[in-house]
Amino acid sequence: MKLRANLVIGGALFALAIAVGLLAPWLAHTDPVLDANLMNAEEPPSWTWWFGTDDQGRDIYSRVVYGARVSLTVGIVSQLINSVIGVALGLSAGYWGGWWDDVVNALTNLMLAIPSLIFALAIMAVLGPGLTSLLIALGLTNWSFTCRIARASALSLRNQGYVQAATVLGYGDFRIMITQLLPNMLGPIVVIGTLGMGSAVLSEAALSFLGLGVRPPFPSWGSMLSDARDQITTAPWLSVFPGLAIFLTVLGLNLLGDGLRDILDPQSRSRRT
Amino acid sequence: MTGAPLIEVEDLRIDLDDGSRRVAAAEGVSFRISRGETFGLVGESGCGKSITALALIGLLRPPLSIGAGVIRFDGKEIQHLSAARQRDLRGDRIAMIFQEPMTALNPVSPVGRQIAEMFVLHKGKSWREANRLAVEALASVRVPAPERRVNDYPHQLSGGMRQRVMIAIALACGPDLLIADEPTTALDVTVQAEIIELMRNLCAERGTAILMISHDLGLVANVCRRVAVMYAGRIVEERGSADIFRKPSHPYTQGLVDSLPRLGSRAALGRSRLKEIAGVVPAITSFPDGCRFNPRCVHATDICRTIVPETDLLEAGGLVRCHHHA
Ligand SMILES: Nc1ncnc2c1ncn2[C@@H]1O[C@H](COP(=O)(O)OP(=O)(O)O)[C@@H](O)[C@H]1O
Ligand code: SF4
Ligand SMILES: [Mg+2]
Repeated sequence: MKLRANLVIGGALFALAIAVGLLAPWLAHTDPVLDANLMNAEEPPSWTWWFGTDDQGRDIYSRVVYGARVSLTVGIVSQLINSVIGVALGLSAGYWGGWWDDVVNALTNLMLAIPSLIFALAIMAVLGPGLTSLLIALGLTNWSFTCRIARASALSLRNQGYVQAATVLGYGDFRIMITQLLPNMLGPIVVIGTLGMGSAVLSEAALSFLGLGVRPPFPSWGSMLSDARDQITTAPWLSVFPGLAIFLTVLGLNLLGDGLRDILDPQSRSRRT
Repeated sequence: MTGAPLIEVEDLRIDLDDGSRRVAAAEGVSFRISRGETFGLVGESGCGKSITALALIGLLRPPLSIGAGVIRFDGKEIQHLSAARQRDLRGDRIAMIFQEPMTALNPVSPVGRQIAEMFVLHKGKSWREANRLAVEALASVRVPAPERRVNDYPHQLSGGMRQRVMIAIALACGPDLLIADEPTTALDVTVQAEIIELMRNLCAERGTAILMISHDLGLVANVCRRVAVMYAGRIVEERGSADIFRKPSHPYTQGLVDSLPRLGSRAALGRSRLKEIAGVVPAITSFPDGCRFNPRCVHATDICRTIVPETDLLEAGGLVRCHHHA
């Protein structure tokens, strides 16, 4: 059996990002916001300042470490919202069919037609910048793939013997959806969710870059990139390290999603070998 | 045996509506089953056995629906009950097992949990109590080491074991009626006999009536006290199990009995071919007028081709639907 490198590397990168976010107070050398000191402004990376300092003399390493919290919170929470919406809509549409299915389908097509980042931008414009707005905007705009998968799974699962057996045994619709359908479609939902987390991390960076994300001075990788824009030639480390953090996290999540698909979906496994 | 029937079906008609027209997939179906009784429903594939069972538990879904008739359970009409009330009956007072033990269990849930769910759902037990009862239920269907087996997933069990689990689930709430729709068709012959024996013993102990559905007259007559034979959506004969072999009255039943191998007969010894009924079962959309068996019947006369035979009482006991019955 081939070693599932994507699963291992992806899992390790994601775990690392989570660990950094959780352990930020212990890993960081300085306070990411308060420890500004113009005496050390724009220091390049060194043994003292691992990732260098910014124009206010704040330690980039510490800011990147704390920035993991925002990026991962946005990635995980917004994707969870997406997954819950997508599963609830897709599962019920596939199981019940009829007019409800038509409504959900129309909604899904609408979501697929508009790029989710544009949609999120519109929501941010209404809600204003900030972490909560980010979570809402990204959580409401990226559920269409999950919904499609959940609907397709429900459509095929509802004809399974055990679903019909449950009906015969007096299970109600909700009990059937929760106990019979949901656990049997979890594999692909988790895969989509993992990939979705990666794109949410990217979207956070994009929205923060546009100044719609977390308000300064609190660091997020996207807002750090945005701040570093003007100094990209004079102090490249300001953009390189947050960029690298985004890159590695998104790469990790994509590899992880890929690896999970390999073990959870026997069809794609046989296609690949 | 008390006189009052547990379930009473009167003149049931099941409609199949394909949008452009409506045909009766089953009609004039009447039978009654007493408490604790074993009753068999036999007929070739497609004659309407399963849809009759689904009608009893309120699970006919479009394009099928109940067109006419009365279904009385424990003295109360149930065919017009609300969906929620019918659901309360299902699994609690009327249980059903299917032929596919391989697919009738949820693959991602331990079997103990699937049994326990019945106690939670219908008896309002706590999960703790339900899990304890699940071990007992598994023991009652003679699964060895039930306290360990409850944690097994369906794929860890053999076909026979899975069907035992299905029986444990179906009988968990102590139903009054167990409907077994081809319960052993998918199993080995030896396992088949064990499962049938187990089902019969458990139901006899608990006073649960059985409605056993099968294409296999021999199997059903073995298990059941009375047997109804169905052909093309109508019950054509209903008799005591012994009588149906000794002197079948309807020409179709006679054909069925003749096509069974008998112990010691030349056919069973392989020296002569079993007699088969010539012709095929008519499609649901092209049932012939009059008696639906007439194109295949050697006794058919003109009246058979135009007039639907009524159900006659036989002197020897039993019912038959034929103009020229024996
Ligand atoms: N969901 C359905 N849609 C259309 N026709 C059906 C459906 N279910 C059953 N039928 C038809 O009703 C007839 C009786 O079916 P069934 O009760 O399953 O037969 P069996 O006696 O083999 O159990 C068959 O002709 C079958 O084709
Ligand atoms: S009614 Fe006529 S065709 Fe039908 S079974 Fe009797 S004899 Fe045969
Ligand atoms: Mg059937």
